Amino acid sequence: MDIPRYWRLKDQRYRLQGRKCKDCGNLSFPPRLVCQKCKSRKSVPHEFKGLGKLYTYTAIYQAPDRFDPMVPYIVGLIDLEEGVRITAQVTDVLPEDVVIGMDLEMVIRKIYADGDKGPILYGYKFRPILKKMTA
Amino acid sequence: MRKVAIVGLGQTPVREHWGSNLRDLAVTALRDAMEDAGVETLDGVTVGNMLSGALSEQEHLGALIADYAGLEGVEGMKIEAACGSGAAAIRMAVKAVASGLMDSVGVVGVEKLTEFSGKFSTASLATAADADYEITMGLSFVGINALLMRRYLHDYNYDRNDFAIFPVNAHHNAQYNPNAMFRHPITAEQYAKSKIIADPINILDSSPIADGAAALIVVAQENLSQFKGKPISILACEVGTDTVALDNREELLWLKGAERSVKKAYHVSGLSVKDIDFYEPHDAFSIMTALSMEASGFAEKGQAIKFADKVDIGLKGKLPLNVCGGLKGRGHPVGATGVYQVVEAAQQIRGEVPPELQLERNHIGMIQNIGGSGATVITTILKKIGK
Ligand SMILES: [Zn+2]
Repeated sequence: MDIPRYWRLKDQRYRLQGRKCKDCGNLSFPPRLVCQKCKSRKSVPHEFKGLGKLYTYTAIYQAPDRFDPMVPYIVGLIDLEEGVRITAQVTDVLPEDVVIGMDLEMVIRKIYADGDKGPILYGYKFRPILKKMTA
Repeated sequence: MRKVAIVGLGQTPVREHWGSNLRDLAVTALRDAMEDAGVETLDGVTVGNMLSGALSEQEHLGALIADYAGLEGVEGMKIEAACGSGAAAIRMAVKAVASGLMDSVGVVGVEKLTEFSGKFSTASLATAADADYEITMGLSFVGINALLMRRYLHDYNYDRNDFAIFPVNAHHNAQYNPNAMFRHPITAEQYAKSKIIADPINILDSSPIADGAAALIVVAQENLSQFKGKPISILACEVGTDTVALDNREELLWLKGAERSVKKAYHVSGLSVKDIDFYEPHDAFSIMTALSMEASGFAEKGQAIKFADKVDIGLKGKLPLNVCGGLKGRGHPVGATGVYQVVEAAQQIRGEVPPELQLERNHIGMIQNIGGSGATVITTILKKIGK
């Protein structure tokens, strides 16, 4: 069980927090100590909006143990509006309805439970954007 | 820098070796290579291995294998670069000998993946990817390759079944290799019907996990008269890296690490892609073969399958691939794989593979070993020594 890791990654997993380079403005997710573009070490936290398009995906039928109860589930690479690509599960949609290019939004969901008595890990997943309610 | 050569080769069959432990597999291959080379001792040993700690509860392989191989006191260290560990260990040996620090280095790649259940091994293999941002999302190693293959099908308009060309070729060749895990041919029809693991990757796209060890002895060409093994020149053994996580790559379908490694390999060898007689891509999954052929300059972007079809990658074709069965047919004992690839290519150049596998043009072979989904890529070029 890796409690320190759960705690350490809370800003990323719950708020999609990456970094913005103070020198060149380049955004990164995950956070990096060194800017991928200009190699600067100066950066500030940056929260991504959590909106994006699906770039590629897979439906997993044989999963690592802790993900077994969820099979089949979808994992994709999502291009965020801000121009950064991230890896996440795509949820609330059947494998046959997933298409490359679909619009997605971030939600917080259960990722997995660490055994019967261990903590439950929560974090970001992405779902098809819900229709806006017009009042 | 001194020119280097391989003078000894050894390998165990790739199997589920339930009766042998890690050290005995390694020692068997290493001592076979030493016998082949005609040496009693070595200046150093490098061990290519990825998962001995996780799956055999054994680290510290350098000293352990040196000791059990009868090389008490000899410098030994383990080199890890995921599935590229084997060739990474060769690279370390080449650096030591070329620089003049050592005169003879034994390289042994060893892996035991069948000690625990397949599921546990699969979870351990996934540690080659980004633990915090890929694996915790539920990705398996197959899943990562599936992300690549899906986008490849989308961008270049292939049908999934077009990929059958690679595993069908690998299995065909593996039937003649006594050390291969799968010694039976498969058909495109079987491929089309095989079970999906991570859509669009099926079981016949995927190389099998296995146990095995392979070894070779690296020496300086200026000292060749001291060894009895038939020498093969190492013209290049060059490493390129890329981001571990797929999502941070500049271009998903371009293996920048492979391009970097191959460019260096062509540069130091003075060769170009046209000089290569046969090629051993890292066919852990069919998609990796396609991406490797493109980044290495054999085929244009998105054209690997069409190119493979056109040049004929079979044993009688213009560019034979995975001549001894590749990862798909021979098996993929991860940290040993890179050494198997080079040992097989050296046997091919020596003229020591089974007659069915002996190629007409066999003077220059290129081998590519890939760690993860392209984060570490090692390209080796071997050449016959003219005498
Ligand atoms: Zn910057």
